[in-house]
Amino acid sequence: MKKKLLLMIPLLVFFVLAGFFIVGLNRNPREIPSPLIGKAAPAFALPDLNAPEKIVEIKDFKGQVWLLNVWASWCVSCREEHPLLVEFAKTHDVTIVGLNYKDKAADGKAWLRQFGNPYVVSVMDADGRVGIDYGVYGVPETFLIDRQGVIQYKQIGAITDQALSEIILPKIKELKR
Amino acid sequence: MIPEIGQFALILAALLMMVQGTLPLMGAAKGISAWMVLSRRTAQGAFFFMALAMGCLIYSFIVNDFSVLNVASNSNTKLPLVYRIAASWGSHEGSIMIWVFMLGLWSCAVSIFSKHLPEEMVARVLGVMGLVGTGLLLFLLLTSNPFERIFPVPAEGRDLNPLLQDPGMVLHPPMLYMGYVGFSVAFAFAVSALLGGRLDATWARWSRPWTTLAWCFLTLGILIGSWWAYYELGWGGWWFWDPVENASLMPWLVGTALMHSLAVTEKRGTFKVWTVLLAICTFSLSLLGTFLVRSGVLTSVHAFATDPRRGMFILVLLGLVIGGSLLLFAFRAPKVGTGGTFKIVSRESALLANNLLLTVACGTVLLGTLYPLFLDALKLGKISVGPPYFEAVFVPLMVPTVFLMGVGAVARWKEAALPDLWARLRWALAVTLIVAIALPFILGRTSPMSVALLALGFALALWIITSAATGFLDRIKYVEGSFAAKLARQPRSYWGMFAAHLGVAVFIIGVTVVKGFEAERDVRMTPGDSVSVGGYSFRFEGTTDREGPNYMASRGTFELSKDDKAIRKLYPEKRKYFQFGMPMTEAAIDSGVFGDRYVSMGEPINDGKQSWSIRVYHKPFVTWIWAGCILMTLGGLLALSDRRYRVNMRRDVGLEKA
Amino acid sequence: MIKRFFLACAVAFCFNGMAVADVAPTDTDPVAQKRAMELAAKLRCLVCQNQSIADSEADLALDLRRQVREQIAAGKTDAQIISFMTDRYGDFVLYEPPVKGTTILLWVGPLLLLIAGATTMVFLLRGRNREEAASPPLTQAEQARAEALLEGRKAGNYGSNGKGK
Repeated sequence: MKKKLLLMIPLLVFFVLAGFFIVGLNRNPREIPSPLIGKAAPAFALPDLNAPEKIVEIKDFKGQVWLLNVWASWCVSCREEHPLLVEFAKTHDVTIVGLNYKDKAADGKAWLRQFGNPYVVSVMDADGRVGIDYGVYGVPETFLIDRQGVIQYKQIGAITDQALSEIILPKIKELKR
Repeated sequence: MIPEIGQFALILAALLMMVQGTLPLMGAAKGISAWMVLSRRTAQGAFFFMALAMGCLIYSFIVNDFSVLNVASNSNTKLPLVYRIAASWGSHEGSIMIWVFMLGLWSCAVSIFSKHLPEEMVARVLGVMGLVGTGLLLFLLLTSNPFERIFPVPAEGRDLNPLLQDPGMVLHPPMLYMGYVGFSVAFAFAVSALLGGRLDATWARWSRPWTTLAWCFLTLGILIGSWWAYYELGWGGWWFWDPVENASLMPWLVGTALMHSLAVTEKRGTFKVWTVLLAICTFSLSLLGTFLVRSGVLTSVHAFATDPRRGMFILVLLGLVIGGSLLLFAFRAPKVGTGGTFKIVSRESALLANNLLLTVACGTVLLGTLYPLFLDALKLGKISVGPPYFEAVFVPLMVPTVFLMGVGAVARWKEAALPDLWARLRWALAVTLIVAIALPFILGRTSPMSVALLALGFALALWIITSAATGFLDRIKYVEGSFAAKLARQPRSYWGMFAAHLGVAVFIIGVTVVKGFEAERDVRMTPGDSVSVGGYSFRFEGTTDREGPNYMASRGTFELSKDDKAIRKLYPEKRKYFQFGMPMTEAAIDSGVFGDRYVSMGEPINDGKQSWSIRVYHKPFVTWIWAGCILMTLGGLLALSDRRYRVNMRRDVGLEKA
Repeated sequence: MIKRFFLACAVAFCFNGMAVADVAPTDTDPVAQKRAMELAAKLRCLVCQNQSIADSEADLALDLRRQVREQIAAGKTDAQIISFMTDRYGDFVLYEPPVKGTTILLWVGPLLLLIAGATTMVFLLRGRNREEAASPPLTQAEQARAEALLEGRKAGNYGSNGKGK
């Protein structure tokens, strides 16, 4: 009897593996959750893209629920999500701050002129150090930050209609309450 | 027209495989001879149509028929001919196609070289292979049709992934798949033995040569892949513990266990249940490897053809083949007898223990490869399991394995006496320990960590060599005649083992020395700068632009010198392929028996001085790693050419005449 | 579509033209450089996954390599540098997963497998030897047949199974 059970083990192991594969097929291995969620957003003090002499700091947004959108003129997928952001900024009362990541100021400004500017302000992170502090690994990325300055959500890759209406907006509403 | 013929041939092959997978199996179960004899003809017919389809696909690539989607997305008019041919199996569709083609080839080979087998056995073996082939062909036809047309026809194709435009990649997939698929023969033999209830020494003898041959191909395939990664990826590494590499290592480890276990089953009639399980596992792991690569459940450099729908299809297929055979195993195995007994100290025990270690090693690789997936599926976070983990757990498992490898080759069957073993091996052990401990100091290492690691590696390699030498001397002691006659009297299977085990030693030496003495620098170089590594000096002389057939290259010129004496020039390249945005690194390597000098170009630096980021490496003894694999393969081939199998063949021919 | 998206991303992120390679000049301290390379080899690049940041030429990998070098120059320990990385990118960046609740099975798994395998093996072999001891010895006829079979094998004659047909 014991021996019979023993001979079933390979089959059981296989079934367990197969179960994991079924789940695994529907997961995206490229999306890596950020350890920063639930933690205070890293501080920064960066020059304004449109007025480099002006330094923008994180404490300027204290008390607001705001989105930090990491973008760059060289980023292909940023162009995909940009119209959504522009539309969103027009129709909703939410502060969107742009983090212009590893870009040239002139390119960034030209890009905003061409595609529209949904940001209250864009700051320049030319050497990508603030990007590293925020754990940015693929542009675009978007962080939702609450009144206390705590990161509540991170969107990796381009924002989609679905992500906006099903996750980001409800979260913003909840945080604003 | 030609693609339609190919498509049609594929469908015919699938139909024939369906027949091959059903009637002979039923015939064997019911004892209907007319159904059983169908197996050979259908297998050969299916292979004919598979070959025809493969030919049509290759033809479409050669003539740049961009109306075929597969060609349009993986080839280009500017692609050199040899890569256009290789592109036929470079895509997802192509690789599944060559997989089934190989299956057809192996089952055709079984149908030809099986005249000495009982008809029932042949019917079952080919039937099982037919079932597997049917599944894969349906997968190909239903989800990944290689002949799918597109309209409008593009004027130009998208080109083959530049990483694959390389001689190594022309050979690597066919070899690897020959190995993977070759294990289907051992698998089919095991399943038919379970079905027929006949599991004995003859069964082991029949499946042995097939298993060894498949193992040889797999070894070669892995070797070529590793060599390709070494010079093509430009990072100077030869094994990255990447999920895809692990997927090929797992069947290799269990396949190695299977080869040895089959030897015991043949010679001593024991371990039968275990051998059957190994045969099933080896092929299951080959299938699993295909699944892991093709489904994209794990990220990997190689996962360029990912699609969950296909993944689901292969998963179902996997469930049927693996689940079905393991279920059969669970119900039929208890009826298998145990066979000859042996004592705790015996060659059987050594081989069994090694089997266990190899299997555990495989289980470890599986665990490490899939653990991130487990955690992710359970929503417990994302982690990475990489080289530091595998090295930490793999090496401790390999130490006893190698030790037992030496003992097992010397110990007697059934019952070996410890005092006797000690008497025979003490010199080998003494030489091993003394030399292994002395060598690191002679080579100028003093830090305890580095000495310990080097000594361990040398000890393992030396132990294999000295114990093999001891075994050899024992063997020829009682043979009469001159030394040459003594050598000639040894069977080729013995030489095969000897060569393969030496191959492992050579491999270990390569790994040990490379790990212990490799040196690298990652620097910014302006033309005129020199950097030295491992006693060699590389002088950067500048770059020139060069146009290739389908790319533009910046070619660097480096002068390699030692002690101020120029040795040769090296020309690494940074290529930009027209159809792909990403730049590719072509390393330049000065290769030698005792080490490689390796230089690869990073990125140009915008400092107005034409500087580049450059990597230079000195890799002592790195070629020994691959030389070891070649020796192992040769060992396998030698064992295959043993008299026993030739006698078998001759008898087959004799029977045919009768 | 998703595939194309990722391909586009990979190309954009890995190799955007903005790369300003920041690499140590030829004359830097080789000890510190070796340490930096060893550390970098243990960290996984998040962009071109399946490369370490030492191997990758992705922009982010270059930046992170620079971070590692700068922090070494600033006198940080390896552990400090590693926690700098995990604070920002999570355990995913570590090729050597840390030992904790969720990874304990990963680390002890091989040992468990070995113990389970060895125990099973010993258990089965002992059972077998007991069976064997209990079973009656071969009869004379069986003995003779066995010997005949063994003889046949030595001569390269492969038993009666295949020939009978």
